[in-house]
Amino acid sequence: MTDILSIAPRSSIAPGKPLLEVRNLVTEFPLRTGVFRAVNDLSFSIEPGKTLCVVGESGSGKSVTARSILQIIDSPGQIASGSILLHRPDGTSLDLAKLDPRSRAIRSVRGRDIAMIFQEPMSSLSPVHTVGDQITEVLRLHLNMSKAQARTEAISLLRQVEIPNPEQALDRYAFQYSGGMRQRAMIAMALACKPQLLIADEPTTALDVTTQAEILDLIKRLQQSTGMAVLFITHDMGVVAQIADDVLVMHHGVAKEYGPVEQIFHAPQDPYTRMLIGSVLKLEQKAEIRLARPPLDTAAEPILDIRNLSMHFGDMKALNDVSIALLPGETLGIVGESGSGKTTMGRSIMRLYDPTGGEMIYRRADGKVVDLAKLEGAELKAARRELRMVFQDPFGSLNPRMTVAQVIGEPLLVNGIARGRELDERVCHLMDQVGLDPAGRERYPHAFSGGQRQRIGIARAITLNPRIIVADEATSALDVSVRFQVLDLLMRLQDELGLAYIFISHDIGVIRYMCDRVGVMYRGKLVEMGEADKVCNAPDHPYTQALISAIPRPDPRDRDRSRRFRYTEPSPYTEAGNVKNGSTAR
Amino acid sequence: MVDVSTTNIRPDRAAVASQWQLIWWAFKRHKLAMAAMVVTICMYIVALIPGFFAINDPIQQNARTTFYPPQRVHLMDTTNGFEIGLHYYPMKLTRDPETLAAIYKEDTSQKKVPIQLFGRGYTYSVLGLFESNIHLLATTDPSKPLYLFGADRLGRDVYSRTVQGAQISLSIGLVGVFMSLLLGIVLGGISGYYGGRIDFVMQRVIDFVLSLPTIPIWLALAAALPQGWPATVQYMMITIILSFTGWAQLARVVRGRFLSLRTEEFVAAARLDGVPEGRIIFRHMLPSFSSHIIASMTLAVPAMILAETSLSFLGLGLQPPTISWGVLLREAQNIRSIATAPWLFMPGLAVVVAVMALNLFGDGLRDAADPYNK
Repeated sequence: MTDILSIAPRSSIAPGKPLLEVRNLVTEFPLRTGVFRAVNDLSFSIEPGKTLCVVGESGSGKSVTARSILQIIDSPGQIASGSILLHRPDGTSLDLAKLDPRSRAIRSVRGRDIAMIFQEPMSSLSPVHTVGDQITEVLRLHLNMSKAQARTEAISLLRQVEIPNPEQALDRYAFQYSGGMRQRAMIAMALACKPQLLIADEPTTALDVTTQAEILDLIKRLQQSTGMAVLFITHDMGVVAQIADDVLVMHHGVAKEYGPVEQIFHAPQDPYTRMLIGSVLKLEQKAEIRLARPPLDTAAEPILDIRNLSMHFGDMKALNDVSIALLPGETLGIVGESGSGKTTMGRSIMRLYDPTGGEMIYRRADGKVVDLAKLEGAELKAARRELRMVFQDPFGSLNPRMTVAQVIGEPLLVNGIARGRELDERVCHLMDQVGLDPAGRERYPHAFSGGQRQRIGIARAITLNPRIIVADEATSALDVSVRFQVLDLLMRLQDELGLAYIFISHDIGVIRYMCDRVGVMYRGKLVEMGEADKVCNAPDHPYTQALISAIPRPDPRDRDRSRRFRYTEPSPYTEAGNVKNGSTAR
Repeated sequence: MVDVSTTNIRPDRAAVASQWQLIWWAFKRHKLAMAAMVVTICMYIVALIPGFFAINDPIQQNARTTFYPPQRVHLMDTTNGFEIGLHYYPMKLTRDPETLAAIYKEDTSQKKVPIQLFGRGYTYSVLGLFESNIHLLATTDPSKPLYLFGADRLGRDVYSRTVQGAQISLSIGLVGVFMSLLLGIVLGGISGYYGGRIDFVMQRVIDFVLSLPTIPIWLALAAALPQGWPATVQYMMITIILSFTGWAQLARVVRGRFLSLRTEEFVAAARLDGVPEGRIIFRHMLPSFSSHIIASMTLAVPAMILAETSLSFLGLGLQPPTISWGVLLREAQNIRSIATAPWLFMPGLAVVVAVMALNLFGDGLRDAADPYNK
């Protein structure tokens, strides 16, 4: 892939000197067994005022690229060859690749010419200094401001990033900020020296979708007012479609395609890009498997009927009076942002938590009815054989010290169902069922990729012929190209084994692809419940409307930000005192 | 579309490598720790059969060799043509005419005494199983003994005594740590696994034990041991005293690991699989920190060795004629020995080497202990 520049028609970009030119960049990490090329012969350029999105799946080298520019590559990695030319507005040029990572020259570039923000705003801010201290420190260090000057400037910066009451917010600590506020503070700090280029490394990945939309808007507005260029690193094609001028698609350290956003989304040349876009667009609609199914029998008795379920941790009402029913053979989606109580709900159903109130009526195969919330001992154990769980983290949910055969076979072994040869045969059969090669069953989980591990988790869940599977964010840790494969597998198994799923996710795309009905949760309450099509396309509740509006559409032609808004819960209390306001809208 | 996720199973041997293989591969990359491991193993081999490595009987007194200095061992002999072979010359005693201080000088005028490898010497017992008189180094003339590290106040061979002392000094660390490990895992495990009130009570007990000033406690307990007890019983009691204060640290570590593991998803998954509690603890939780336990054990052994040495040095641990490094160092307690016989500190050098080797070995183990969190 040496002729990258030739495949990139530069027509969309006005002539003139680019701000940053990267030519044939190679970044290497020496390993015990050789050299790993994290970035291999990469070339691109960024124009002033434009946004370049570097997109790729995990391990594609997109973060290393960003870090190479500022020479902050994790040891022992280093730039092996290539050049990174920074053209300053005063006409001078500087090759960042030739600078020593500890030199004074590169330090003056960092922060002043090029600033960077990271994924995790909590760990990027010091917990022992106030946010104001940290911003003024940057100002005093780089711009030699006096204390008073710096403080005034810091307040104006915080105002610029739209933090309410900047005078007070300045003297707070990072832990008193919410996730979105922290990222705003980070951006304020990055903007302190009015950089020419802002490198943003997955700045919204750790944030909720509504917060993400606000941060993206903020960056866009700042870009328009200051004229800085943005190098935006992300794995989310939706975000790319919303903000990019140009896109660089990376895979295994190599540029697969480089061009204007319109071309990438509507006329992709490279097969990998096409596959990536295809996977994203797939999640924009209902799964093919589901379209072929007969309509769900909504008159059937529910297999699981949750009534007024509550789970309080002290004063925190993680689940507040939730009622929802699961029909046989149905996929029920639970969607919500972080802290909405959706994970607590899954764990309460599995009785990993003991709910503090309510009932969970489970109808067994023989028609007998039990309340899961009250089961203990052997009965709970028996119920757990029919209700199984697939976990979010494909790394943490498999014991790294057991082989795959041991992991999958354990439920059979400890329940005394199979042992010896029979166990081995059943494990092989299960691995076949989830699309894994049974020859790999003596391997340890560390030898498998994220998607394969999630398949192992699914195999473990179906070992005991369950009737209900609770999947808690089962695909959110997976790359988008693997995501729909795992979803398809789940649906195939649903047809084969007659399963009912409770599918917990924050990703509306996954819900739309997978689910029959959806419940929307907000602060421990179920605010909306209905057919997946209805909830995803024409929701009733204002919160759901806000949520749907915030989701970045993977289409650069659909960039209307005006329809986005934030939902604020109608408060039962007035702000002045705890006086009950009886006339709230509900 | 081809299912990409099923086709790229890593073919290398790391795929089927168990936890211990991964730890070993990580440990091997740590050169200093490997060297320390070799030294540690060598020291424990010496401690297993000290008689074989000793030259003279460690309890044999000799009035004529009081404060005899270390002797040089020669390899080449050029006095009479050219001969190769380990040998030494006896020392000649003269006295300073003014101070009457003893001055030893190598006497090359006498006949050289060749050293025999795997020769015969005094009879020793191998772990109480059988007796032998074969030694790694043996003098061919028992009337002119070889003192590699010199002799002490009673003319006993410091080298042989240091080698003999390794047996008790190194094993007291192992036995003591093993006993505190037992206490630490059981009590820390209960505390961490069950949590709640049990955890609270257990933690206060640990706080209490940790707040005890160790040296006075050792002193008090050791002073309470009757002097008339046989050496083996004394030895047992000392290990028990040492482990009594040593378990609390370990219990803390074990509890912390249990607490963090309880929230791991694979433990929750095992619980949902219907795995009984005992199996969750022993099959799922314990293996994930057994490597940490081994590492912290290796780091605790030198502390035990130092504790025994200090106790015995102060005269409250093991008592002569039992030979341990601490007992030997008591000989070097006064100014006279520093001035006239600095070689009496040789057991101290052995302590330093042993503690350094074990610490470096333990550090390497700790770094390699968790091969999955890289």
